[in-house]
Amino acid sequence: MSNAYTTVIGLEVHVQLATQSKLFCRCSTRFGAEPNTQTCPVCIGMPGTLPVMNREAFCLALKTAVALNCKIPEFTKWDRKQYYYPDLPKGYQISQFDLPMSENGYLEISDPKGSFEPKRVSIIRAHLEEDAGKSVHDEIAAKGDSLIDLNRTGTPLLEIVSEPDLRSSLEARIFLNELKLLLTYLGVSDCNMQEGSLRVDANVNLHVPTQGESVPTPIVEIKNMNSFRAVERALDYEAARQYQQWQETHQTLGNAPKQTRGWDEPAGVTRGQRSKEESSDYRYFPDPDLVPVTVTPDELEELRDSLGELPAALGRRLTEQHGLSQYDAQVLVNQGRPLVNYFLEVIELGTDSKAAANWVTQEVLRQLKDREETIEQFNVPPDALAELIAKIKSGDIPSTRGREVFEVMSGAGQTVAQAMDALAIAEVDLSDLSSLCEKLLATNPKIVADVQNGKLKAIGSLIGQAKKQNPNVTPDQVRETCLQMILSQGQQ
Amino acid sequence: MSLVHLTATEQKRLLSTGEISSLQLTETYLDRIATHDGRVGAFLRISADSARRRAQEIDARRRAGQPVGKLAGLPIAVKDVLCQRGERTTCGSRMLEEFCPPYSATVIEKLLAEDAVLIGRTNMDEFAMGGSTENSAFQQTHNPWDLQRTPGGSSGGSAACVAASMAPLSIGTDTGGSIRQPAAFCGVVGLKPTYGRVSRFGLVAFASSLDQVGPVAQTVEDAALLLEVIAGHDPRDETSLPEPVPAFSASVGKPLENLRLGVVPDHFAAGLDSEVEAAVRAAIETYAGMGATIKEIALPHAKYAVATYYVIAPSEASSNLARYDGVHYGYRTDEPAMLAELQAERKQLAAEGKQAAVEELDSALVRMYRRTRAEGFGPEVKRRIMLGTYALSAGYYDAYYLKALKVRRLIRQDFNRAFEEVDLIASPVTAAPAFRLGEMVNDPLAMYLVDLYTVSANLAGIPGISLPCGQTSAGLPIGLQLLAPALEEDRLLRGARMVEQATEWHTQRTPNLD
Repeated sequence: MSNAYTTVIGLEVHVQLATQSKLFCRCSTRFGAEPNTQTCPVCIGMPGTLPVMNREAFCLALKTAVALNCKIPEFTKWDRKQYYYPDLPKGYQISQFDLPMSENGYLEISDPKGSFEPKRVSIIRAHLEEDAGKSVHDEIAAKGDSLIDLNRTGTPLLEIVSEPDLRSSLEARIFLNELKLLLTYLGVSDCNMQEGSLRVDANVNLHVPTQGESVPTPIVEIKNMNSFRAVERALDYEAARQYQQWQETHQTLGNAPKQTRGWDEPAGVTRGQRSKEESSDYRYFPDPDLVPVTVTPDELEELRDSLGELPAALGRRLTEQHGLSQYDAQVLVNQGRPLVNYFLEVIELGTDSKAAANWVTQEVLRQLKDREETIEQFNVPPDALAELIAKIKSGDIPSTRGREVFEVMSGAGQTVAQAMDALAIAEVDLSDLSSLCEKLLATNPKIVADVQNGKLKAIGSLIGQAKKQNPNVTPDQVRETCLQMILSQGQQ
Repeated sequence: MSLVHLTATEQKRLLSTGEISSLQLTETYLDRIATHDGRVGAFLRISADSARRRAQEIDARRRAGQPVGKLAGLPIAVKDVLCQRGERTTCGSRMLEEFCPPYSATVIEKLLAEDAVLIGRTNMDEFAMGGSTENSAFQQTHNPWDLQRTPGGSSGGSAACVAASMAPLSIGTDTGGSIRQPAAFCGVVGLKPTYGRVSRFGLVAFASSLDQVGPVAQTVEDAALLLEVIAGHDPRDETSLPEPVPAFSASVGKPLENLRLGVVPDHFAAGLDSEVEAAVRAAIETYAGMGATIKEIALPHAKYAVATYYVIAPSEASSNLARYDGVHYGYRTDEPAMLAELQAERKQLAAEGKQAAVEELDSALVRMYRRTRAEGFGPEVKRRIMLGTYALSAGYYDAYYLKALKVRRLIRQDFNRAFEEVDLIASPVTAAPAFRLGEMVNDPLAMYLVDLYTVSANLAGIPGISLPCGQTSAGLPIGLQLLAPALEEDRLLRGARMVEQATEWHTQRTPNLD
């Protein structure tokens, strides 16, 4: 089946930029406010009002475009995309048409499990636009009235359009993860899909090998996918559906129109949308209310310098400079910059990077998950973890008890020493050890006899008894001391 | 002599010396309006009470020795296209008949900040589309010089009220000549500033890249005073220019030295009324007599200006007016009637077994849009929306809109070249004096050609002024247009003031009213 066709996927991602105010007015962009409380005459398009560009939004968009390796033209302009809809109060959306703020970039993706070769996914363009409002259709009331909430109207959106370079739903999901990670590192968006901060549409078709040629099937645009998981499921469903349709109809890209289908999450299917609504002529033209935006080479250089280390470069640093495995590096990077910083602080204190990676990716993450905390809220500072790892390495803490100590530290917010006290972990005095072993031998003549008869394993049960009386003794210490005592008794 | 026959500058002086009060001046104008506006129809609404209150308040401040603004106590009429918080702003349209904006235009704020007394709102062509004010949804405005004739448009009410001495000053807007042409028809002064000189915030848009707010006055000196107040950078309008505003009223009396006045021979070709030609040539002679050099120049692309304008302006208008859809504010069709009609159509088609036609029927939303816009807009507005929608449609955009933008650039270059050789360009404002009301309503193309001499300045973004320079044998005013390079309003006003001081045309009064 997998050889029967190639799935060809391009993604269109709308990212809501994390600005305080809207793209062309000063209204708040906060999510979840009472309907129509975050509006003003400008964003609801009242007569005579004029838009004024929010420079902060433009800077966030520019940052993202640069991080996506896009070309940034020196001159970009705004266009009106015109259509009638009740949640679009001006009758047009301010967007960018033929001179977008960025073009021709790429994002690198790879699968740590190696299911596909690492690849560069080309970005056709990324442009800024204002969001429309929200229509709430009352399906129950007999009159079928719709309600409009214009709080979202004018919120800055960055539309990122990829080339159809993706070849599977897995590649699509990894691309989205990688993009989300990048946006998170840049701090340009909260990427919350539930609140609509990140919206994904997909264009998908199949290339079916037929008589030595690769025949493309009609392109379908899928909308209404509300999670990355939904994207993956919808793409899998759609590929299978298109292949079945191909077998039935043999329709190709040339002889059937592009179709828009909506993903129905509960039913797990895509459904065709009315084709009448797609054939709009948006009558784009330059918005005469807004002046073109220029970006000088100096401004661009300054912006590049301010970007900081991006996830891909950070991952490379962890593997190349600190010797982490690809897997460990990816786990760390995917958790976000603060966790990576935590890790880096631990190793800066001289901790072996492999040991530190194990502790951070396993114990620390487990504790964070159990406690539903972020690394910033976490009780164990990097130097405390470094000390713990050092004490285990030196034998001050038995390696079997390291996790126990760590749990006490993170639970009660204690230092290593406090946790050790709490667990009464201390070095065993040699004379204490001798007297403990003497007592044990005296009270266990049978075991002494067994050992003397060559059954060295019998000593194991003494170890258990020793630990009960003093948890700090190690099995090796008890074994060696007892053996020596028995053997010296035998020689006497 | 009545106070209303003084210029605003003279009134300002009498107010400042305490010889007259603002209340007295305001009452005089209110009386004048009550007596004459029934025949002229310049005003859509009079704010008598608020004007009196404001006049008293300013008088009190002045008497108390407190500082007052540059327009303190002067009554001013405003075209009904500039938003004022809590006041109706109709744009001469049914669509906005009841519309009260919750914000004020920057120009309104500036007028109030300088203590102007806003006395009323003037009639206009609907959404400023037209050249006769006949496209107003509410009333006809008559030319005070001949009540059978048009005052011009679209700022017909603003020009007519100053001509009829019903306001010393008024505010108009000019997208293709809408201040200058009615000023010429009504024998008053009208100035269109450089694009970006006056904020457009709160000006209900017709064509955003062409619209400018400007003063209408009895004299150039008065126009300088009003322009000085309304001009200036506004952070709420990205297209507004950051350049500082000179004190126009202080310099307007200073004649230009070594003036080089440009004249375009094509402007005097066939089609120009002989009396208009004679008056404009006489004005040019007046300049020559004052020592100006008269120089022939060419504006080779000017002949495409009207065509270019009637692609760009309707294109922008079609987009700017899309918001009037009945959803959020303004006029909405009678919904129950609309729904009943739709239901009846559906039943009818179903009864005839035309299921496909039922499927094709409008949704309630689409029918609401259609009805609202069909009922809310007048024919000229619809015509321009259709023109613009067509020009921006896929497959036509390059041939119309894009081509028009290119020609617009050429027109601008023509002016840049011309202004290397001359300081100002003189021309007629219109090819003929005010036409009769109703004369052109069935000939939109002829109406569009009235804009021949004025649209180029809007396309090039340069300032232009219209001032009286003569009368026809029938006693109708004739206007002279002067154009200057961008941001050279100071030069424009001083040049205009030169000919104004040398002639008596600005002192002529409407014979039919007095």
